[in-house]
Amino acid sequence: MGVRELISRLFVGEWGVHPDDHKRPAAEQPVRVMPVPARLYLPLQQHLGGPARPVVLVGQRVRKGELIADAQGMVSAPIHAPTSGTISSVTEITAPHPSGLTLPAIILDADGADEWCELQGCDDPFALTAAEIGKRVAAAGVVGLGGAAFPSAVKLTGAARAKVTTLVMNGGECEPYLSCDDRLMREQAAGIVDGIRIMLHATGAQVALVGIEDNKPEAIAAMRAAAAGVDTIQVRPVPARYPMGSEKQLIQVLTGTEVPADGRPADIGIIVHNVGTALAVRTAVREGKPLISRLVTVNGNCAANPGNIEVRIGTLAEEVIAFAGGLKGDGLGLARRVMGGPMMGMQIPHWRVPVVKGTSGILAFDAAEAAEQEPNPCIRCGSCVKACPMGLLPLEMSSRIRNDALPDAIDLGLKDCIACGCCAYVCPSKIPLVQYFVHAKGELASQDRAKLRTDATKKLAQQRQARLERETREKAEAAAKRKAEREAAAAAKAAAETSRTTT
Amino acid sequence: MSTQSLATQPIASPHAHGGNSVTRTMFRVQLALAPATLYGFWLFGWPSFFLWLLTILSCLGFEALSLKLMGSARIKVTLWDGSALLTGWLLAMTLPPWAPWWVAIIGGFIAIVIGKQVFGGVGQNVFNPAMVARVALLVSFPVPLTQWVAPLPVTSLAAPDFIHGLQIFLGNQATPDAMASASLLGYTKTELSRGIDLLHSLGGDHGALFSWAGTRAGSFGESASLLILAGGFYLLATGIITWHTPLAVLAGLAIPAAIGHAVDPTHYLSVSTHLLSGAAMLGAFFIATDYVTSPNTGAGQIVFGLGIGLLTWIIRTWGGYPEGMAFAVLLMNALTPVIDRFVKPRILGRDRKGKPLDIPESKGA
Repeated sequence: MGVRELISRLFVGEWGVHPDDHKRPAAEQPVRVMPVPARLYLPLQQHLGGPARPVVLVGQRVRKGELIADAQGMVSAPIHAPTSGTISSVTEITAPHPSGLTLPAIILDADGADEWCELQGCDDPFALTAAEIGKRVAAAGVVGLGGAAFPSAVKLTGAARAKVTTLVMNGGECEPYLSCDDRLMREQAAGIVDGIRIMLHATGAQVALVGIEDNKPEAIAAMRAAAAGVDTIQVRPVPARYPMGSEKQLIQVLTGTEVPADGRPADIGIIVHNVGTALAVRTAVREGKPLISRLVTVNGNCAANPGNIEVRIGTLAEEVIAFAGGLKGDGLGLARRVMGGPMMGMQIPHWRVPVVKGTSGILAFDAAEAAEQEPNPCIRCGSCVKACPMGLLPLEMSSRIRNDALPDAIDLGLKDCIACGCCAYVCPSKIPLVQYFVHAKGELASQDRAKLRTDATKKLAQQRQARLERETREKAEAAAKRKAEREAAAAAKAAAETSRTTT
Repeated sequence: MSTQSLATQPIASPHAHGGNSVTRTMFRVQLALAPATLYGFWLFGWPSFFLWLLTILSCLGFEALSLKLMGSARIKVTLWDGSALLTGWLLAMTLPPWAPWWVAIIGGFIAIVIGKQVFGGVGQNVFNPAMVARVALLVSFPVPLTQWVAPLPVTSLAAPDFIHGLQIFLGNQATPDAMASASLLGYTKTELSRGIDLLHSLGGDHGALFSWAGTRAGSFGESASLLILAGGFYLLATGIITWHTPLAVLAGLAIPAAIGHAVDPTHYLSVSTHLLSGAAMLGAFFIATDYVTSPNTGAGQIVFGLGIGLLTWIIRTWGGYPEGMAFAVLLMNALTPVIDRFVKPRILGRDRKGKPLDIPESKGA
């Protein structure tokens, strides 16, 4: 620890919070593999970026792993059939989103055969070029499995271009309740290490730092054992503190560098991938298998038998819970349904919502866990300031937003907010601070869109004005020209007349 | 954005809460004050208990009345958060222990109505309500607010019993002359103004030792500096306050006091006298640390605390009043928005001025 950091520790304290992690006993149970359900619901938008475009017809038979919706645009990811069966319809379903709004999705009826399509693997991924690996990862629809679901291939190929030197592997799993990454590292450490080596090869990075929170000693041991002898991979325990698994924070702790506010990690020579993504990359490159399943933690006080389940993408949360052991007392006392972790996950309106590529957890909370309480006025205690991992002033930002002073909130750093929820977690007045910030960011985005529209309209109007002016000018010039010609002709005629009369 | 839409069930994360609440925080502060308060009851007897009780009831009453007049639907919740109770408690701690009943009533009115509710209630006030009341009372009624009594433990024979104590509190009974006393700071100031320097006025006995046990004249709660300090350590240990403000207040007071005393011990009181007299400890740990009226950042709190300490020393040394903590706190309260404006934490990925950190040239895409 340098002197500067010591001073900053002393004056600023430690960012983040230490929530009760609730990871055990779910983390102690071996992964259970859930059989394929009768019907799968596959939203076309499971990733950041443009939604995928369906490439199948209703009634068409598909095999497991077959492309059913293709990537669209620069940042997008394709979607594959998680099992063999028949496309039943392409329609709107409730999406994993708190609004309960619908999203277009492909519905697949499983035939029970679970028969793979033809796969094109690769025995020696290290013989492939970075571009070829990128192409395979993109074609397999691999996205970041930590939750943000950013298309992995875009990051990998971008990293190769940006001359990345360090690959940060995120095994932090700082969200309470979740243990899917923990389980994956314990059970599939060798596969993850292989995936990391492929990623190193694809990005040209010299070293991979695997950051794992020290509350997962088994995972650290497993990863260390698997990475033994690979000197480009270093397993680094990090303090268990939320949000340690947040990109910027993990980079800061592991490398001591900061991502500039308007830059990306690649700008300082770093890219960050989740450990689960490494395994998905390995599967995609070595076996040619697309991303069609993932580990999901089922947890919460209302879950009868918490644990980690390997689930096909598109399985309804309802069926995952039923497979895991159902809810205690048939859901009596259930206060909140959450997809993802409790700190950054989303509340869902009912359980008939499918697992998507970014779903890390399905949490059934009772009233005590959901901690639903009436907000009180802010007492300016500053707990949020101490907790904020970005160094923001949440209390000041929220008071600006409440007074509709959006520009002031932006000056205070609204755009730097990562919505980690530390502020609302510690707030003694239970003010829904993240709600304020999400609202304000939404407002900002719509203002930006409105501004773009007005600018476009203004530009059109200016162009029209210019065109009209030009036309008028041209008309006037033409008229003047014609007039001049006429006059010249008249003058010539008159001259001719005069000469005739004179002669 | 309407506040209604925000107050409805939150749909945004997080779906978990650390469990801290305003009520819990206020309760812990009260717990930290309890030992010094109980000791105060023992030192100053029944009148001090009546004063304490009525000041708190007065604050609660005016809080309820203000909320009712404003048509608030949250009277019970707001009273239950413990902030008005704490204001009353803190105010009582700073009053002369045998102050009459109307001081408690007027004090409660000034603290809650003028100091807090007119600004918009909890969290909105610029000045520490208890200190607003303390200063307004001192300026308006200097005589009863500076009438100190010598400690007279409840167990001693001369101590007023319940009925007698009530009579003193209600003002039917004059304070016996024999018991009237001056606080150390007041006494030395008067003597200095008469041209008697500290070496003579303090003699040998009036040292800091005297006050470690708190058995001397002073405000009801401030004499027991050690118990206040213990309460302060409890607040630090439970994370309700951080070390920044109290340490800065004490340093801001101790450093100039040390210099002054070293230069001229006949005119400047010693560090220990300064730290253990008046409201220094109470102010450092319980008053300056008030969430609402102090800066939000550690660095800001250091500036704030040093300011309070220094101003307190200046007022004690050269001002018209023997004690300056309340004035110093109010002055620095007024500066809090300015401090908060200039002392902000550095945002990750930005420099101190808020500009994004430079993207290294060679790596830029």
